[in-house]
Amino acid sequence: MGLKHKLHRLKEKYKGKKMAPAFNALHTFLYLPNLTTHSGGHIRAADDLKRTMNIVIMALLPCLIFGIYNAGYQHYLALGDIQAATGFFSPEFWSMENFSLGAWKVLPLVLISYGVGLGVEFLFAVIKGHEVEEGYLVTGMLVPLIVPIDIPLWMLTVAVIFGVVIGKEVFGGTGMNILNPALTIRAFLFFAYPTWMSGDKVWVSGAVESIGQPDAISGETILGSLAQGNSFGYDIMDMFYGFIPGSVGETSTLLILLGGLFLIFTKIGSWRIMLSSVLGALGMGLIFNGVISAEWIGENSKFFSLMNTEFWQHLLIGGLAFGIVYMATDPVTASQTNKGKWIYGIMIGVLSVTIRVFNPAYPEGVMLAILLMNVFAPTIDHYVLQGNIKKRAKRIKVKTI
Amino acid sequence: MSKDIKIRKGLNIRLKGEAEKTLSNAPRSRTFAIRPEDFHLIIPKMVIKEGAKVEAGDILFYSKSQEEIKFVSPVSGTLTEIERGAKRVITKITIEADRQDMYKDFGIVDPDTTSPGDLKKHLLNSGCWPFIKQRPYDMIANPDIVPKAIFISGFNTAPLAADLDFTLQGKEKQLQAAVTALSKLTDGAVHVSVRTGQGSPFSGLKDISLHNFSGPHPAGNVGTQIAKLDPVNKGETVWTVAAQDLVIIGELIISGKFNTDRVIALAGSSVKTPKYYNTKIGAEVSTFVNDSGLSEDNSRLISGDVLTGTKISPKDHLGYYDNTVSVIPEGDDYEFFGWAMPVFKKISPSRALTFSWMFPKKKYDLNTNTNGEHRAFVLTGNYEEVFPMDIYPLQILKACLVKDLDAMEALGMYEVAPEDFSLTEFICVSKQPHQQIIREGLDLMYKEIG
Repeated sequence: MGLKHKLHRLKEKYKGKKMAPAFNALHTFLYLPNLTTHSGGHIRAADDLKRTMNIVIMALLPCLIFGIYNAGYQHYLALGDIQAATGFFSPEFWSMENFSLGAWKVLPLVLISYGVGLGVEFLFAVIKGHEVEEGYLVTGMLVPLIVPIDIPLWMLTVAVIFGVVIGKEVFGGTGMNILNPALTIRAFLFFAYPTWMSGDKVWVSGAVESIGQPDAISGETILGSLAQGNSFGYDIMDMFYGFIPGSVGETSTLLILLGGLFLIFTKIGSWRIMLSSVLGALGMGLIFNGVISAEWIGENSKFFSLMNTEFWQHLLIGGLAFGIVYMATDPVTASQTNKGKWIYGIMIGVLSVTIRVFNPAYPEGVMLAILLMNVFAPTIDHYVLQGNIKKRAKRIKVKTI
Repeated sequence: MSKDIKIRKGLNIRLKGEAEKTLSNAPRSRTFAIRPEDFHLIIPKMVIKEGAKVEAGDILFYSKSQEEIKFVSPVSGTLTEIERGAKRVITKITIEADRQDMYKDFGIVDPDTTSPGDLKKHLLNSGCWPFIKQRPYDMIANPDIVPKAIFISGFNTAPLAADLDFTLQGKEKQLQAAVTALSKLTDGAVHVSVRTGQGSPFSGLKDISLHNFSGPHPAGNVGTQIAKLDPVNKGETVWTVAAQDLVIIGELIISGKFNTDRVIALAGSSVKTPKYYNTKIGAEVSTFVNDSGLSEDNSRLISGDVLTGTKISPKDHLGYYDNTVSVIPEGDDYEFFGWAMPVFKKISPSRALTFSWMFPKKKYDLNTNTNGEHRAFVLTGNYEEVFPMDIYPLQILKACLVKDLDAMEALGMYEVAPEDFSLTEFICVSKQPHQQIIREGLDLMYKEIG
């Protein structure tokens, strides 16, 4: 008797029992279930939520792998052990040492994120007696990519529990939440432990421990140095490839771009949101560049450096590109109408760059911009729907006149 | 006056086992059956008892809420069984057929000269009224309301559905009589939609307003055509009649008989020789299914097409409105890492390691597996790709789920029928039962408002 039959018998045996959802989650992971249609149409298309989520994870994997190498690279580069990388395939970057140090640092983040998050999901599924939904598969992969490399694991644990319970489960689980769970987790860390989420000590592995020592290293993000009025000191191509300090998986604009194109090609990610967010960010960047060229703001202003950043370079620095491709497109928390998606995306782009420029203390704006627009998404949809409703009402009026 | 209308949003589902265009006579069925569940929202009140003899056209039962809507026997024979289900609801009425049909004579009428009132009475008395359906609510038409227009779809785009150009061949006389009669019952036009650039039995008819449609499924659904031609507003009613049912109405007008002869398609990948059969409403499906033979034992029989039909057993009978019987394999098996593997043998609207987009002409052998578990609504924007009406499908489904009557009404519930959501249901990643949600929503509205 094969595994298939054994599992089938176990499933029948545990049907209706308290632990059934937990068993089914593992069973359906191994096997596409034997469910058949029983109402309405008799056939269904091939896609289910697992397949959909799997595609997003596939789009994220290059960022994770790059993040692992980059963690080691930034560490050894700051110590002065290696030369700066030249070109995307530079051996200084793709070295075994970089990988092993990065893996040692990053994999625990992944394990904690998945272990704790799925643990909470399973617990809620068993308590509420519904199946374990797949939403956390993506959230769990996003979380390690958007936190600083040296974040203490206990903080991450607390944040994940908070994010999953308050961000998602209290609203009813996957599909019902208002805020993007991964960003809720990051926002929790951001406001609860700000010293671990900003500044010049958390972005490069080992920097925090080295404080006060003679060989202290620091790794400021580009946004951080710009906010303090310094120039960023990185080559444009380095920024595009992602050889810069930052949250674990958000640095490589190149890989994010490829991931985004993959999501658009597979029709899983909304091209409307991605395109409109980029346009919004570019537009706002242009406006700020215009303010500088009109000389309304002088070089002494604390906003000068970020406002003076070339408008298109905003997409290369910080987490803007990552946020646009992987977080703003979360279908549950984004606008759900096609027209609404344009407005939602443009506002995310505009707000991200605006917050960046005007908030020098915490210069990364994309997290707050997306969370804010998550809150406004239902309102946008409401007005889009009103348009449809008014059109329908008008149709009657035309008739009765 | 003919218009060309192009439907852009939609999806053609190409399946294996399309019926070959040859016509056979199905053997005479021993029993015939009427399932009242085919008549949504009708509560039957029986007129005759078990053991009574009937002719084709003799009344079996009427609608409890509207007594003038009568349902008659499709054949002559003996009423053998009235099967009842939970709460004594009548689920099936079985008639053992005579060798030869005796027809009750309703008299020949000339639709051009008969008054609308008399025509209506004629259709009601002869049992032809149930073929006329109405929107809103997708139910049998209320005879007290004069509709603003009548809509007939002259072609099918649903997967494996009978080709109307074939099944209606040579029935032009009946079609003409029926549309002329129907045109008397409305203030507006009788809109007939046919496929652009294709000859149709409807093409030469008078008393109709002919429209050309092109594009993928659901271009052939009457709901799509109503939405493009003259959508239903609040307070308005339109009628729809299926093309195959026009033949029965036409036959009544021409010959005075309630003759339920119908050409049906037997199709699907489980059928050995899929083709067309001459049969009657309510006939045992085994009469023609056994004739063609099944290549797969573990199959699902469907009276109707695979997107909107009813699941039946081999002992069951052809549904009242159906002109297709589909047989496809059951999908009650597991698939190892089925959610992660690349998919070549199933249809998908996405490209998520699914490759049906590369082979738009390929025919697929789909089974009844849901390909995943039921989930909350997650993805957005995908329904709109296959939904040609000016309605927000996700939002109206959610309004139905939360029973928000105001939102349902405002978002266009009067315009839709469950079948309009068969494609969104097919592609739904969350495997939500769209048609059931819409049906329950319509029933709720009918109870509360209608």
